[in-house]
Amino acid sequence: MTYLKVFLTGGLLCVIGEALILKTKLTPARILVLYITAGVILSAAGLYGPIVRFGAAGATVPLTGFGHLLAQGTISAVQEKGLLGAFTGGMQAAAGGIAAAVFFGFLTAVCFKPRPKDT
Amino acid sequence: MGKHRIGEHTIAFPNRPRILSSAAVVGPKEGRGPLSTAFDFVLEDALYGQKSYEQAEHAIFQEACERCLKKANVPKERVQALLGGDLLNQIMAASLAARELSVPFLGLYGACSTMAESLILGSMLVDGGYASPVLCAAGSHYCTAERQYRFPLEYGNQRTMAAQWTVTGTGACLLGDEGNYLARTEMATVGQVVDMGIRDANNMGACMAPAAADTLKRHFLDTGRKPKDYDQIITGDLGRVGSEILTELMEESGFPLRESQYMDCGLCVFDPKDDVHAGASGCGCSASVLSAMILPRLHTGEWKRVLFMATGALLSPTTSQQGETIPGVAHAVVLEGGDEA
Amino acid sequence: MQQKADHNQARERYMELVKRLTPKSKLGQGCLRAFWVGGGICMLGQAIADAGHRWLGLASADASAFASITLIFLTALLTGIGVFDKIARYAGAGTVVPITGFANAMVSPAMEFKPEGWVLGTGARLFTIAGPVLVYGISASVIVGILYYFIRW
Repeated sequence: MTYLKVFLTGGLLCVIGEALILKTKLTPARILVLYITAGVILSAAGLYGPIVRFGAAGATVPLTGFGHLLAQGTISAVQEKGLLGAFTGGMQAAAGGIAAAVFFGFLTAVCFKPRPKDT
Repeated sequence: MGKHRIGEHTIAFPNRPRILSSAAVVGPKEGRGPLSTAFDFVLEDALYGQKSYEQAEHAIFQEACERCLKKANVPKERVQALLGGDLLNQIMAASLAARELSVPFLGLYGACSTMAESLILGSMLVDGGYASPVLCAAGSHYCTAERQYRFPLEYGNQRTMAAQWTVTGTGACLLGDEGNYLARTEMATVGQVVDMGIRDANNMGACMAPAAADTLKRHFLDTGRKPKDYDQIITGDLGRVGSEILTELMEESGFPLRESQYMDCGLCVFDPKDDVHAGASGCGCSASVLSAMILPRLHTGEWKRVLFMATGALLSPTTSQQGETIPGVAHAVVLEGGDEA
Repeated sequence: MQQKADHNQARERYMELVKRLTPKSKLGQGCLRAFWVGGGICMLGQAIADAGHRWLGLASADASAFASITLIFLTALLTGIGVFDKIARYAGAGTVVPITGFANAMVSPAMEFKPEGWVLGTGARLFTIAGPVLVYGISASVIVGILYYFIRW
């Protein structure tokens, strides 16, 4: 049952993205920016938490979930440390994803060469 | 007004400069297409044993020039000018090839219209007695164009239906004033830059079609000719979308293309089974088709007289990001059949 | 004045012609593909998080981070061997919207610009596509933090 909810939530978030790409002039890079910013705002407004409770990874794996992580990290850090937390909390919460993307990006560049696709 | 001008935009070449030889070197995907056996050399790998795709583009450019000279049996020391260009910033593929060939070099940029631009200027040099033989060449590479104008190769991106696929390849022609020839250049119409306000860099055909229609119309008005005076009217790389638009625009302008045979080089490079959407594009598209298909057919007499018009979208990622529209340009050259014709 | 109006009219007429002759992407097909691939990637993420929770004893937040890192690793690997862009060509937003899209946007330029050197090529260009995501995501979160400090909703 959890997995069905995950599938539906994640799938739906992707369908919204696909419709935006095809129906508007938004490029995928802009979709990424839109999703993470929307995630931060929705999460701060308390609207994304319920989606995560319903969809679990279906809501955390999409980039809106990354925004949710940033916002929740910031808010709890502000509760603990005050204003300093506004600057440290978001990055601390999202550190795993960012460090992984940077490091694996670098590692892949070390190991592989880009190829043209002939098919 | 220059004494060889006919009308506002068209010039005649009274001595009919000769195209002595031509060569096309293309990548593997192009090599699988319908013109496969007509190309002089098909690379097994788009990197062509080089360190980067830019280096590969340069090596392909050089290879095409050398093969073209070899076919005409002309040593490179005798070449009096190389006119050519490509899509790289600062036309580096042509410049590096010119460095290796060590011949007098005039670099050109006309986006995908470069082959026609070089043929026109080359014909002027030969016809005016300023240089002979003159090497004209234009090339492009899918991998360098992607990273310069679009995205990294491994970036997951969906292509729109109107998107075209840049040709990996170079076409070269040697122009001269004497000797056996494949075809001769009779006249040319230099196009002006036309911009109908298209901003979509994924719809190059739509950016270039108005310029193509403009140049064609001016050519017919200047020369008093009609589409039926040509065995074939050939555009460079309008692709499926652009050539349909051009057909409609010409219908409106009173010179309907259906009176002649019309084809677009962008639709004859790739295997239709390959997922290239609206067809081929790039400097190398019209240049390699000119060498592999158009000149041979003129040579055998299958075609007596054709209008070869390469089209270019004058696109820069910088101005595009700043919201500037994409202007197009098209240059037309009249080619007449060769020896046997 | 008249000339300019004519010019604008000609442009508008041309835009209509272009719109009519440009083939449309298929919305229904695109959405269907995005749905099942995107949903599938999220299910994979859930499975990884559950596995981390069960066998590695990770707490819920850590399990979620573990899933993200694993998905990023898989994306990097698939991008490296030249498979990811094929999947993405099929799935569209189905691979862009999940964390896989962010990872691919970092990995692909890192590879692409290797010929320009480790520092100014790979190092600098790594962020060309995904950089804006961090700029806007982090900036938004800082703004949220500052607002929260003063308002505490």
